Amino acid sequence: MSVLAVDVEKRLGEFTLAARFTASGGVTALFGPSGAGKTTIANMIAGLVAPERGSIAIDKSMLFDAATGIDVPPHRRRIGYVFQEGRLFPHLSVRKNLDYGRRMNGHAYDAKEFARIAQLLDVGHLLDRRPRALSGGERQRIAVGRALLTRPRLLLLDEPLASLDSARKDEILPYLVRLRDEARLPMVYVSHDAGELRQIATNVVRLDGGRVAATGGIELLD
Amino acid sequence: MFDLSPAEWTAVELSLRVSIVATLVALPFGITIGWLLARKDFWGKIIVDGIVYLPLVLPPVVTGYLLLISFGRRGPIGAFLADYLGIVFSFRWTGAALSCGIMGFPLMVRPIRLAFEAIDRRLEDAAATLGAGDFRLFLTITLPLALPGVIAGAVMCFARALGEFGATITFVSNIPGETQTISAAIYTLLQVPGGEALAGRLVLVAVALALAALIVSEWFARRAGMRFQGE
Repeated sequence: MSVLAVDVEKRLGEFTLAARFTASGGVTALFGPSGAGKTTIANMIAGLVAPERGSIAIDKSMLFDAATGIDVPPHRRRIGYVFQEGRLFPHLSVRKNLDYGRRMNGHAYDAKEFARIAQLLDVGHLLDRRPRALSGGERQRIAVGRALLTRPRLLLLDEPLASLDSARKDEILPYLVRLRDEARLPMVYVSHDAGELRQIATNVVRLDGGRVAATGGIELLD
Repeated sequence: MFDLSPAEWTAVELSLRVSIVATLVALPFGITIGWLLARKDFWGKIIVDGIVYLPLVLPPVVTGYLLLISFGRRGPIGAFLADYLGIVFSFRWTGAALSCGIMGFPLMVRPIRLAFEAIDRRLEDAAATLGAGDFRLFLTITLPLALPGVIAGAVMCFARALGEFGATITFVSNIPGETQTISAAIYTLLQVPGGEALAGRLVLVAVALALAALIVSEWFARRAGMRFQGE
């Protein structure tokens, strides 16, 4: 099982982020109120924001280390990232959105894998549409599939359900639970919603004011 | 539709050739400069910005003069290109294309730059997390999303090139079949008493070409815009 080790520090104006935690298999929740620094940490893991101090590693592979100057660029980190707003590419069809990561990584096309993911997320009937013709829930499912098809070693999900109404949330959560139970891919799941996390998380890192307030199991969500 | 004489057709054909070549050659430069101005901060950016827009505000005859002394047969750049690459600009249609391209360049860069500035950078971040390195990210995400602006810039440059007169006639003169574009041909006709009637036909052609360029660009921009709207 992959072990993600995060130990980062960064000043952002008045706010200082200083967080240290590890995450192994299963779904690690980054839980806390808005402004706690959750998304910034996710962006640091993905390589979109550089910490000032500290290090980030998966297993023995160092992604960032301020001391030695290592900073692997995002496109070489092999970390899938599902953003709050989906961020599907508007000029590409759903099929090409899903296939984008494979093309960029130079992997051979794997029809079986594509079909498996499409089935897992139930998006097979959407492949020829453009993103603008999708509902919010469909978009998020495509975003998850797009990240999975890059064959990441870790999946980051930043408030993937926050832009959806509660009916849509209930529509998507089962897919994510299925993903947790079938894909055996470690996930880091950012959310401020304890109810949502109770259904999906296996470990919890509770953040408050840019610091880790507690780590443990889902009892921290109560 | 237009009852043109062979000499007039030559001018029309030459104008189109000059404008198309000017636009196509300027396009890679326009995309590069537009991207640099939109995305990068570098020393001397304000100077680059100024030089790009200079042909828009300088009297065209001054631009033509500057081209003549630098790209002419005895100019430093012109002599170098002629001796080592065999490219000659003075009194050739290639010189007309050069001056038209330079005059159209500011109009090309502006919409391209704005298009790059308008792109949602978060989409590029998403592409990076999916494994796209800088150059491929540019080709697969940035450039396609900026396409409506690139097309608009190309059409503006083309239209400006089609109408170019002052810089071109200063730089490469007014030689029928070589550098006499529609504008220069109209000018020549107007030098002869009673030439207005003859010039009228070429004027109609110029109007028709300009309108066609605008309609084509509008059509492209709409098509490209429709693909993206509302995500």
